[in-house]
Amino acid sequence: MATEAHGEAGQAVGMPQLDFSTWPNQIFWLLVTLVVIYFVLSKIALPRIGAVLADRKSTITNDLAAAEELKQKAVAAEKAYNDALANARTEAAKIVAQAKAEIQKDLDAATAKADVEIAAKAAESEKSIAEIRDGAAAAVSEVAKDVAAELVAALGGAADAKTVTAAVTARLKG
Amino acid sequence: MATEEHAGGLQIHPMDQFVVKPLFGDGPIEWYTPTNVTLWMGIAVLAMIALLVLSTRRRAIVPSRGQSVAELFYGFIHKMVEDVAGHEGLKFFPYIMTLFMFVFLSNMLGLIPMSFTTTSHIAVTAVLALLVFLTVTLVGFYRKGIGFLSMFWVSSAPLILRPILAVIELISYFVRPLSHSIRLGGNLMAGHAVIKVFAGFAGAMGVASVVPIAAIAAIYGLELLVAAVQAYVFTILTCVYLRDAVGDAHH
Repeated sequence: MATEAHGEAGQAVGMPQLDFSTWPNQIFWLLVTLVVIYFVLSKIALPRIGAVLADRKSTITNDLAAAEELKQKAVAAEKAYNDALANARTEAAKIVAQAKAEIQKDLDAATAKADVEIAAKAAESEKSIAEIRDGAAAAVSEVAKDVAAELVAALGGAADAKTVTAAVTARLKG
Repeated sequence: MATEEHAGGLQIHPMDQFVVKPLFGDGPIEWYTPTNVTLWMGIAVLAMIALLVLSTRRRAIVPSRGQSVAELFYGFIHKMVEDVAGHEGLKFFPYIMTLFMFVFLSNMLGLIPMSFTTTSHIAVTAVLALLVFLTVTLVGFYRKGIGFLSMFWVSSAPLILRPILAVIELISYFVRPLSHSIRLGGNLMAGHAVIKVFAGFAGAMGVASVVPIAAIAAIYGLELLVAAVQAYVFTILTCVYLRDAVGDAHH
């Protein structure tokens, strides 16, 4: 039954798989096919795909290493920035303190100078006030002696200048 | 099966699709005659070239879709060979890749309507299985010398049982190419024949043919699975057998 499998117009009688007359043909073309596939794969396709996969692996590894490196750099840069910031802060604080101290010194000096000037002015003023007061007192005794002498004269007495003066001086003291 | 239905007017020839025909003319089939076998094996080769060579020609670090698929095939079989056959088995990676690509693409191309399924023929699967059998046997004796025979002598079994086990192991070793080839060819042939039978029903049942058409759709889905799984099974069994020849561990 097997040998007549492709008897009429490609119609199968029984199993075409068991038609051994076609086996040499199938086996021949199968071997040709396998050899072609084997050579295409082993000479072109597989080395190429293997190389691409290896390339990709190394690219990824390199990229990861580069990323790690950049990350380290970023961390270092941040640290440097923070350090610089802290330094700047201490520096600024120092400058502020210095400026404050200088200003305080200037202020103290100016205050002292002003105090001295004020003291000098006050002394001067006191002196002139004392002078004025002395002048006024002298003028008062003078006027009092004159007025007393005039009063004595007006009341008809002979005014002895010496006696009047003594009397007025005594009164003024009292 | 086909001839039985002739009388009822139901024309179902589920085996016609497996007939080997000359491409040109109607002459006898010599070993060199270009037949539909030649055509569909050639298409498988072209599909393989398109899939693994053309798609990878840009060698992109960031792969295109086609290149991803090629890399997927490569990685899948590479890992399988390494895991199952061991690191030594990687020398046979191109060989196993050849078998896998041929079986897988032939199975898949066979599911195109009106196509011819080369892997549904025992002649083809038997040669594939015998190639594996011969490779394993020759490589085993080449690498291990007479020590290759120690795989039949199960040293972990009690001494009395060992001769019996040796006979069983020897038989199972020689049955390997048979089961290896029938499993693939039989699965493919049965599935395609069933689809064809349902297709015959569909042609004869008028409006009610939605039922067989739905059945065909369902079976077609199943056959897609079978096509992929059988290619996988054939390849992984090849790796398992190869481990006997190149690996140190006993099975």
